[in-house]
Amino acid sequence: MESVESIRPLAAVLVSTLAAFIILGLRDKPNLRDSVSVVAALVKFSIVASMAPLVLGGGTYELTLFPILPGIDIAFRVDSLGMVFATISSLLWIFAAIYSIGYMRSLNEHAQTRFFACFAVSLSAAVGGAFAANLFTLVIFYEVLSLVTYPLVYHHEDKAAWEGSKKYVIYLVGMSKTFLLAGLALTYQMAGTLDFAPDGLFNSVDAEPLLMIVVYVCYIAGFAKAGIMPLHIWLPSAMVAPTPVSALLHAVAVVKMGVFCVLRVVFHVFGVGLMGSLGLGTATAYVVSFTIILASVYALTRDDLKARLAYSTVSQLSYIILGAVLLAPIAKIGGIVHIASHAFSKITLFFCAGSIYCASRRKKISQLSGIGRHLPWTMAAFFIGSLSMIGIPPAAGFVSKWNMIVGSLESQQIFFLVVLLVSSLLNAGYFLPIVYKAFFEAEPNPGDGDKSEEIREIPMVAIPLFATAILSLLMGMYPEYFMTLAQGVVR
Amino acid sequence: MDFPILSVIILVPLAGAFVLLFVRGPALARWVALVVTVIDFLLTVPLFAGFDTTTYEMQFRETYTWIPAFGINYAVGVDGISVLFVFLTTLLGWICVLASWKSIEHKVKEFMIALLVMQVTMLGVFCALDLFLFYIFWETMLIPMYLIIGVWGGDNRVYAAFKFFLYTLAGSVLFLVGIIVLYFQAGETFDILALMEGNYSPTVQIWVFLAFFVAFAVKVPMFPFHTWLPDAHVEAPTAGSIILAGVLLKMGAYGFLRFSLPMLPYASQTLSMFVAVVSVIAIVYGGYLALAQDDLKRLVAYSSISHMGFVTLGLFVLNIHGLEGGILQMFNHGITTGALFLFVGLIYERTHSRLIADYGGLTKVAPIFATFLCIFVLSSMALPGTNSFIGELLVLVGAFGYDKSIAVLAVVGAMLSAAYLLGMYRKVALGAVENPLVQEAWDMDTREISSFVVLAVFVIWVGLSPKPFIDIMHVSAQHLLEQVLSRAP
Repeated sequence: MESVESIRPLAAVLVSTLAAFIILGLRDKPNLRDSVSVVAALVKFSIVASMAPLVLGGGTYELTLFPILPGIDIAFRVDSLGMVFATISSLLWIFAAIYSIGYMRSLNEHAQTRFFACFAVSLSAAVGGAFAANLFTLVIFYEVLSLVTYPLVYHHEDKAAWEGSKKYVIYLVGMSKTFLLAGLALTYQMAGTLDFAPDGLFNSVDAEPLLMIVVYVCYIAGFAKAGIMPLHIWLPSAMVAPTPVSALLHAVAVVKMGVFCVLRVVFHVFGVGLMGSLGLGTATAYVVSFTIILASVYALTRDDLKARLAYSTVSQLSYIILGAVLLAPIAKIGGIVHIASHAFSKITLFFCAGSIYCASRRKKISQLSGIGRHLPWTMAAFFIGSLSMIGIPPAAGFVSKWNMIVGSLESQQIFFLVVLLVSSLLNAGYFLPIVYKAFFEAEPNPGDGDKSEEIREIPMVAIPLFATAILSLLMGMYPEYFMTLAQGVVR
Repeated sequence: MDFPILSVIILVPLAGAFVLLFVRGPALARWVALVVTVIDFLLTVPLFAGFDTTTYEMQFRETYTWIPAFGINYAVGVDGISVLFVFLTTLLGWICVLASWKSIEHKVKEFMIALLVMQVTMLGVFCALDLFLFYIFWETMLIPMYLIIGVWGGDNRVYAAFKFFLYTLAGSVLFLVGIIVLYFQAGETFDILALMEGNYSPTVQIWVFLAFFVAFAVKVPMFPFHTWLPDAHVEAPTAGSIILAGVLLKMGAYGFLRFSLPMLPYASQTLSMFVAVVSVIAIVYGGYLALAQDDLKRLVAYSSISHMGFVTLGLFVLNIHGLEGGILQMFNHGITTGALFLFVGLIYERTHSRLIADYGGLTKVAPIFATFLCIFVLSSMALPGTNSFIGELLVLVGAFGYDKSIAVLAVVGAMLSAAYLLGMYRKVALGAVENPLVQEAWDMDTREISSFVVLAVFVIWVGLSPKPFIDIMHVSAQHLLEQVLSRAP
């Protein structure tokens, strides 16, 4: 395994923070300001992509910045798992940046400079978390992400926004402050290090099983961004944010940060062996199965489109964790690949919700009858996203679900197979009626002042969302990149 | 003999105070005080340059015979622990002068003299190696502080100053009793290093420990001796609050480090659980009270009680992580809470209100102000990447190695800080501007920014690279721990 000392991880992290300062400086020149976001996104993605070949071959890039205490440094290490997360967040930022410009301008939103600046910094935090080489560095970026997305959630500054954002920030920061601090302190006290290791950093530690279980629970509770029930309640309340935020952050960067942290804990803090011998894997699988089903049922009952998507996200995040804690390696691969499949599809679906809102100011599913005739590109993309979420080939979701199902059969964990199948049915149950309504139902009383004739696509919004829909198809057909990375993690 | 750098650092402010006696006019008095404190601050540069981090021995020692009949000497010196607090004191010294630049309008000269005398006594406490000398500085400190609160304070200043004086004096009397007992037990010496070598009987140790405990616990302040602190803070002028929170509270913890732990190892080990429990009560109860405050200064004052609980907890879990974490947290608390009190003082100059409910939307009228507030709020709630996180993490690592249930309760207290500080920031800085007074608030000028920038540098520096700070104290802390643990209970 090749390990290269390089400044590139740091550059990839900092490029968007630098962009944020430029954005703040250009507050009076909106066109220039907004193009900075797009350029920074392209640069960030190129830096991340330039590291891909070595990482695909099993190598790593490393960079140690400061020693903190003996056994703790602020350090970066780009490995396969980090590369999965970094790739999706930097790639999708390009589309989200273009989409945000269209969305924010068509709605004449206030405080756009603050919005774009915070957005850029949150990408630094996400990629920083992806490349963190140890728990300490990871937690720093985790907290930065919570705080820098807070202004994005309270963006509208009305009563609902303050309520939602208060819940968001107090919940995420409070949980992490309480449990992660305890988890880190206990881990350091037992192991003397916080560095991730391929077989888990507890590998050579001889400690009481009960204490290890407590540490594990601390991490699961602390990384509440993963949205495992009952720690999910921040997510629906965060939906008061503007849609681009819901799309990139609450479907990709923020929630994936939570899931990513849980996977780090599972694979590189505890390690597969310890997870099995302590019985933590199976216990986690039951908890997340419960989340998968219950969140899907919640989603079924929601009429607000964004709320339905939010509960769908809660459910899908638990898929990833379920895959990772199933016994068969192939299921683990499926779980990791689902980080990417879900990202491409769910960002498309949120983009669509925003596009519908921009064009028609409609938020509820019951108002969407016949809207597909006015917004054909948007609703077609929504259809593709739905297929992927349900897991129908050739969309991306199929690849990951297929691997998880094969894995659960292989290890004869039939209960979880049933969970996967039932939830796929539920997914179909809450997504397909929306598509049906949009394309096949008649519009309610045309011409009664609803001005439905004026509903039309906004190019700057529709192009990125269609592009991400195509991406999720492409990923379903050519999954090698993410599959190879996932194999690198599980190997 | 080498250049007596410590005596110079201690005496420069005294000389400055003397010069001030002959100065006329408030403007000149301010400048003289500023120049004197900045010189004092710069004098710590050679102190650190010549400091040897590989030994626990006292460095830069000076000894002059003072009262030979009682074995009393003027003896000063610093080790890796006290040198940090000498630095903190001189740093906050010039920040206090800048903080009083506009807010103190009457009797400016007298105020600056009080500040400088205060600085002399604080530096003396951290450098003294003779118990008698230490006690002189320790007691003299009360007078300028009493005046700072009682003369330049708020409406209820006399009550607060009197309460402060009574509490600390009551503690000091017991401290004196303890000192006299040790003096006779150790063979009539006041030499602190000699007293550390003494072997006192368990009964003596317990009683002296308890006497010392009351004195230091009042200063820290630890539950249940904390009630003077919020009153003193609320009435004190800004500079008074900064000194109080930044340095004075550290005196109590420093007393534990210098006297209780090394001189009374048996009692320290026997009673460590007692101190740890009291500390955890302070952490949780202080945080809980802070949640309920509607006054900015009271909120910061109660948060101090909670944060100082982490310090005393760290000192008494009796392992290296806890000890280093506790000492680092003393330094961090001085920086962060000093900055928060400075913030409250500056915002009060603008709006003449300390009630949280009167604020809102500070980001819109004073963005620089709100940004700095954000940094120090995050530091105070110990966000990863800031100084306090390192301190709290170390203390918790130590606490988990000592007793798990104590550590769990401390974590709960840590969570409360996120709730009250984020809530305060939300109400003060975000949202719409509703109060016309806030609308008129002006942003920071260069004088104000310079103080905050320096403090913010330390927040980030310790947060991202604490190694230089830990290296300074490490050998001394290790030695202190050996002193405690080598003598079995």
